[in-house]
Amino acid sequence: MAEPQRARPKPTPETQHFWEGTKAGELRLQRCDACAHVYFPPRPFCPTCASRKVSVFKASGKGFLYSYVINHRPAAPGFTPPYAIAVVELAEGPRMMSNIIDCPQTPEALELDMKLEVAFEALDDKITLPVFRPAKG
Amino acid sequence: MRMNQVAVVGAAETTELGVIPNMSQLQLHADAALNAIADAGLKLSDIDGFATAVETPQQVCHYLGIKPTWVDGTSVGGCSFMLHVRHAAAAIEAGLCKTVLITHAESGKSMIGKAPRSIPADSLQGQFEAPYGVYGPPSMFPIPVLRFMKSHGITHEQLASVAVVQREWAARNPRAMMKDPITVADVLNSRMIAYPFRLLQCCLVTDGGGALILTSADRANDFPRRPVYIMGTGESVETPMVSQMETFNSSRAFKTAGPLAFKEAGIAHRDVDHLMIYDAFAHLPLFGLGDLGFMPHEETGKFIADGHTRPGGKLPLNTNGGGLSYMHSGMYGMYALQESVRQMRGIAPAQVPGAKISVCHGVGGMFAASGTIVFTNER
Repeated sequence: MAEPQRARPKPTPETQHFWEGTKAGELRLQRCDACAHVYFPPRPFCPTCASRKVSVFKASGKGFLYSYVINHRPAAPGFTPPYAIAVVELAEGPRMMSNIIDCPQTPEALELDMKLEVAFEALDDKITLPVFRPAKG
Repeated sequence: MRMNQVAVVGAAETTELGVIPNMSQLQLHADAALNAIADAGLKLSDIDGFATAVETPQQVCHYLGIKPTWVDGTSVGGCSFMLHVRHAAAAIEAGLCKTVLITHAESGKSMIGKAPRSIPADSLQGQFEAPYGVYGPPSMFPIPVLRFMKSHGITHEQLASVAVVQREWAARNPRAMMKDPITVADVLNSRMIAYPFRLLQCCLVTDGGGALILTSADRANDFPRRPVYIMGTGESVETPMVSQMETFNSSRAFKTAGPLAFKEAGIAHRDVDHLMIYDAFAHLPLFGLGDLGFMPHEETGKFIADGHTRPGGKLPLNTNGGGLSYMHSGMYGMYALQESVRQMRGIAPAQVPGAKISVCHGVGGMFAASGTIVFTNER
């Protein structure tokens, strides 16, 4: 039997641009052309003003640690506990769930509000996940 | 909705709670329904309205032999039953049906006849949360709590005291699963589940069910039990993705549902004699006390740690022991409603003397949905 695998996202027509972006090393967000609202997760209209005129853009990849848990049990398939499940607030405003790499998975190392930057982790030849690491400097 | 026009005239839980390996989830629905019917002195043929969650109305109605003219299959998680009460009250007032049965049951521990929960890989949760290792409520529900604690100055000891106080209530309840006293140190030394939460800050996993019967308040005195009136109701939803909540400092769904119910009931916080706040995890009563407007969030941890919600305290909270110590089959809202009804009938194991108004506040999913019911025993 194969090793249990980490859950793999399956893109939809509305999220395809996001997953193409991560594969190309870009974190892509959407901005409303009408009201300038920046939002996530992807959809082809603005959830604030309902305009269908929206643009995809490359985000800075910078953010900070908004909150997290360090999961001990039960562990998800493909994960070795303890591991942190984090919510990152992006510089552009939206928040997203992620993991924090290059950092001990401890309360001492994971300080709320610490600065983070995006990194990319290829799961296979189709899906690359955005994850975050402590920002340098 | 006008206040006190609809009443609960039947209420019961399954004959047993806890580990029930000899009953499927569907039969647990029936067991609770038959107990509630008996409690109300009714026959199944008297039921013309039906509501349930997870299982479909057609599944449970067919199994019980009910032929309804009104159904509600609202399924928004553990507070679905608060929403059913609200919807049923409106339907009865509108004349769509006369006598509504609401059932909940869950083979949460034994998993007999229960479909496993799954997250499709092409859903938004499947794409943007599941890949990061969330795996069931213990890994998701506590995600906001570190931010909540930092913003509001809540300590780990205060959060632990939630479980301690609720165990005090459970000790007075023969049907509670966990009755042995615990201390803050016991909580903080229990097994780590998802930092910052440890085992004793996470709900139980059990089997069980419950059912309610509602009818017009004008008919309520014809039933054997003391009527419990629906004084006010509220509901809302926010997001199925905990990561996408507007803020982790409060719950938008709580802040919508709670005040709606208080406004409809025309009550102030000082009027509340008894309070239930769905406690799947230890932070929920703190969110609830703040979001329902009882006090600023900053004061909620100290309020509970100082003993104001314990037996004899000024705001009795989660008097059955809650999801942390009484039972938690997965969708606990029904059991919170049952305890509010018992308190209003004056028959609760840990009865609050002279209680006239009970507020029952539920959560669905991970802050995804909310429902609030204000009950009273005076019309």
